[in-house]
Amino acid sequence: MKPARFDYACPGTLGGALALLAEQGPEASILAGGQSLMPMLNLRMARPALLVDINRIPGLDAITLLDGVLTIGARARHADVLTSPLVQQAAPLLIQALHHVAHPAIRNRGTLGGSLALADPAAEMPACVTCLGATLVLASASGERRVPAASFFLGVYATALEHGEMILRVEIPAIRPGWIHAFLEVSRRHGDYAMAGLALAIRRDGAHVAEASIALCGVESATRRQTEAEAALVARGVDAACDRFAHLDAMGGAEITAAHRIHLARVLLRRAVGAQD
Amino acid sequence: MPDTALPPDGWIGRPMPRAATRRLIEGRGRYTDDNAAKGELHAAFLRSPFPHAAFRITGCDAARALPGVRAVLTAEDLAPFCRSWRTQSLAFPGLVSPEQGPLARDRAVYQGEPVALVLAASRAVAEDALELVGVEWNELPAVTDVAHALDAGTPPVHQGLSSNLAWRTEFGEGDVEAAFAKAALVVEERFTFTRHTGVPLEARSVLATYDPAAEALEVRMSHQIPHQMQVHLAELLDLPMGRVRVIAGDVGGGFGIKMHVYPDEVAVCAASRLTGRPVRYVCDRIEALMADIHAREHVVQARMAVDAEGRILAFDVDDIQGLGAYSIYPRSSTVEAMSVLRTVGAPYHFSAYRARLRCALQNKVPTGQYRSVGHPIGCATTERLVDLAAAARGEDPLEFRRRNFLPEAMMPWTNPAGGRMAELSHTATLAEFERLLDLPKLRAEVAAMRAEGRCVGLGFSAVVEYTASGPAAYGRAGVPVAAMDTVVVTLEPTGDVVARASVAEIGQGIQQGIVQVVADAVGVPPSRVTIHTGDTANAPHGGGAWASRGAAIGGEAAWGAGRKLQAEILKTAAALLQSTPDALDVRDGQVVDAKGTPRMSLAELASTVFFRGHELPGGVQPQFTATHQFRREEDLFLTTNGLQASLVEVDPDTGLVTPLRHWVVGDCGRLLNPLLVDEQVRGGVVQGIGEALLEACRYDPGNGQFLTGTLADYLLPMADNAPDVTVGHVETPYSGSALGAKGAGEAGTCGAPAAVLNAVNDALGSRGARISELPVTPTVILRALGTLEAAE
Repeated sequence: MKPARFDYACPGTLGGALALLAEQGPEASILAGGQSLMPMLNLRMARPALLVDINRIPGLDAITLLDGVLTIGARARHADVLTSPLVQQAAPLLIQALHHVAHPAIRNRGTLGGSLALADPAAEMPACVTCLGATLVLASASGERRVPAASFFLGVYATALEHGEMILRVEIPAIRPGWIHAFLEVSRRHGDYAMAGLALAIRRDGAHVAEASIALCGVESATRRQTEAEAALVARGVDAACDRFAHLDAMGGAEITAAHRIHLARVLLRRAVGAQD
Repeated sequence: MPDTALPPDGWIGRPMPRAATRRLIEGRGRYTDDNAAKGELHAAFLRSPFPHAAFRITGCDAARALPGVRAVLTAEDLAPFCRSWRTQSLAFPGLVSPEQGPLARDRAVYQGEPVALVLAASRAVAEDALELVGVEWNELPAVTDVAHALDAGTPPVHQGLSSNLAWRTEFGEGDVEAAFAKAALVVEERFTFTRHTGVPLEARSVLATYDPAAEALEVRMSHQIPHQMQVHLAELLDLPMGRVRVIAGDVGGGFGIKMHVYPDEVAVCAASRLTGRPVRYVCDRIEALMADIHAREHVVQARMAVDAEGRILAFDVDDIQGLGAYSIYPRSSTVEAMSVLRTVGAPYHFSAYRARLRCALQNKVPTGQYRSVGHPIGCATTERLVDLAAAARGEDPLEFRRRNFLPEAMMPWTNPAGGRMAELSHTATLAEFERLLDLPKLRAEVAAMRAEGRCVGLGFSAVVEYTASGPAAYGRAGVPVAAMDTVVVTLEPTGDVVARASVAEIGQGIQQGIVQVVADAVGVPPSRVTIHTGDTANAPHGGGAWASRGAAIGGEAAWGAGRKLQAEILKTAAALLQSTPDALDVRDGQVVDAKGTPRMSLAELASTVFFRGHELPGGVQPQFTATHQFRREEDLFLTTNGLQASLVEVDPDTGLVTPLRHWVVGDCGRLLNPLLVDEQVRGGVVQGIGEALLEACRYDPGNGQFLTGTLADYLLPMADNAPDVTVGHVETPYSGSALGAKGAGEAGTCGAPAAVLNAVNDALGSRGARISELPVTPTVILRALGTLEAAE
């Protein structure tokens, strides 16, 4: 289990990194925390010609809260996001979800941007940023562009990132008054990939759900806003929302069937909404 | 009669931490991969990516041309340097297991089977070269599902076989048909046990150094039985045994994984002989999960007959074992299945037994002896039937067990399954178990949790284990396995004692147990005893680590050697002190008189003997090195007994099971060191919880591809899956030995799966779900509850 041969660069500036990515195109991989990439290299499932190590580029891990927008640098470590008072204040969903992300040693190295760029369908962070209506700021040698999370995740390990692009930061609208966040997940062991996970943001008007945002992980091959279930939840309640999950395009498998994942998504939605009652 | 004069207030029985702990936790352990050899080459194996395929190696030139590559070797290249082998056993006449070599030739019969070997300057270069080896693969139909492996029309696992039946037998005693005909109650269940594997922290590793000038092979490897490997490597490489040295330094766990002869390890030794260079190979985790032995794949159809008074009359068991592509060398995989069928019913009295066994070849890695070999399956089968019977009778499951336990007065007794039961303490163990659990209080707690709507269950299992196998077990089978041990003790000039033992330290702590035995036998504190194990050049031949044998057999050899040394010390001291040996004793490193008054320290005595021998009286030739070899003459196995309880909570919505608490009371005879035994029990229980709830080697039902090759897919129990395990003991020393120790290391694993399975069924019983499959995954539970549709 040794990686195939690759070249390695450790640029000290963002411009240097973007120039390398532009030059190498699809042959380059970005090394941030390495918690998914290194095993894939060792299994020779990933075979980049060049690793662009972004760990020495200053500023890529900043976390700020300004004018109602929480901005998290792509290289912010899970552990730093998890313990950030700004994140706790503006996006408590992330804090709840990060407790499910692997284990402390992995969270010490793994990054938010790495998790989003990998787009593992079972990963928690893509569902969270989708649920929260975040915007991903992408950079390339030719400039920056902004992509809503809702249109960033395209499939299993597939995103809107183009060759030569990297995620720079994530902008998350801070939680507004009256809203509540909940993240729930079912996995075989703590820290394992989700069999199903649910990110929920909700605002109630008395007992009634007035507004809701729902995203799932571990269920469909790409996370997305569950707009039909959201509408049903607001209009007719949690049973109706669960009914809408019948239409999920859930992943199958020998161990966990599509029906199993849909069942778990319903269990989680009932628990998440019920817990807010 | 054995010399059983254990000193009062001795070291045996004290809960001492092991002396090696500090070294290991400070990271000072030296495992195989921590050793480097000058000029070494790194090996990597090309392994079959298919469960069954014909293949032709079309070209090695590109791989050989890669800078840093020393050799690319195939079966033909190694053949002149290494014999092939075939697993045979007189215990299993007619066993079908084809000839095997270090690398496959023409045909691969399981995924992960080694087919070529690259030697290079680094492992990375070797792996690069593997990609350049040209192989033409012709995939063949693969047999993986044990339930269909024996069906007519299933393709053969090996070319030329007419069926996949590796071996079959039927045995038993008593009139089973009559027993079932007159039974007031018959309970029956079909059990499915899924393959899993032991996962030692340190993967299998080997560093082989052949010295062409000395014509000698030195092999450092991570193994449980270095002396066994010495025998087999000498045979396979055609070397005198004295010119094969096997050294197992620190070993990071074994669990039975490291007690076999693996083709890759033999290939590495042959490659060193071929090249004249040291060759290192460290198994990757993915290779380990795929191609280390698996175990425990059985489909068991079992029924039990009970009379109107609730007494067990008979068992009738049909077992199909998924054996793998070969019967493991040298001990054979069939041993596991026989252990299953000998364990059924073991704690109880019954009068008729019928067992039918079919061992099925499969295009899967061979199975082999894994911790508590076969017992967890026999135990789960029995204990589930017992719970079903108790439930059918509407009575407490412990009461049913109490009524049916084999009475002490009947022992020794050979039961209808052929198991000889001796010196078991079911009555005392049950009493201690009830005391430890405080059952009325515990049952009230369970009731209170249920009243809150929690889905909790309490399950029990009774355990009988066959431990510390005697010489006839493999001896009658014609398999060269040492069931004896050798210990050599030496008094050093400083009065310190050095012991060399053929037992193997694999993390279980047996070195500490032996040190405490030697300390008491000689009369010195344990801090003055140093022990060496694991090196065939250091310790004479013996059995190593398997069958929970270290304390019962190695301990006995240590006691014998220590007593011989003490006798020699007393004889010499008597000569110097103008006394008699009978009037002296050795205590705490001092020769003392009858009143306990020190007369001479061992340091004074030893330095006199070694450095001032001219002061000794004439005719005195002290023998300050003593050797004792021990084999048990009676009792094929030492049976041990115990009880376990598991409290679990099931989430009926998600199907997740959380073990809340676990209890074990065991009787493993004399405890050499209760701390070590307790932790062996706890570790064993956690391994059993993994077996019950998490671990599974999965194969794609369509193409037979192995699906659980990483630790994200093969789920081991982790710290937060381990409940508190409360451990209690009953001590019934084995009467046939000086120390009275029996096997302890596997009991936790034996009974935990059964207890957890019963607990889950207890939790779900009121919801009409009944589970008879391990592991109990969320899918299994949701299907049993009807939440998910049953498997197709």
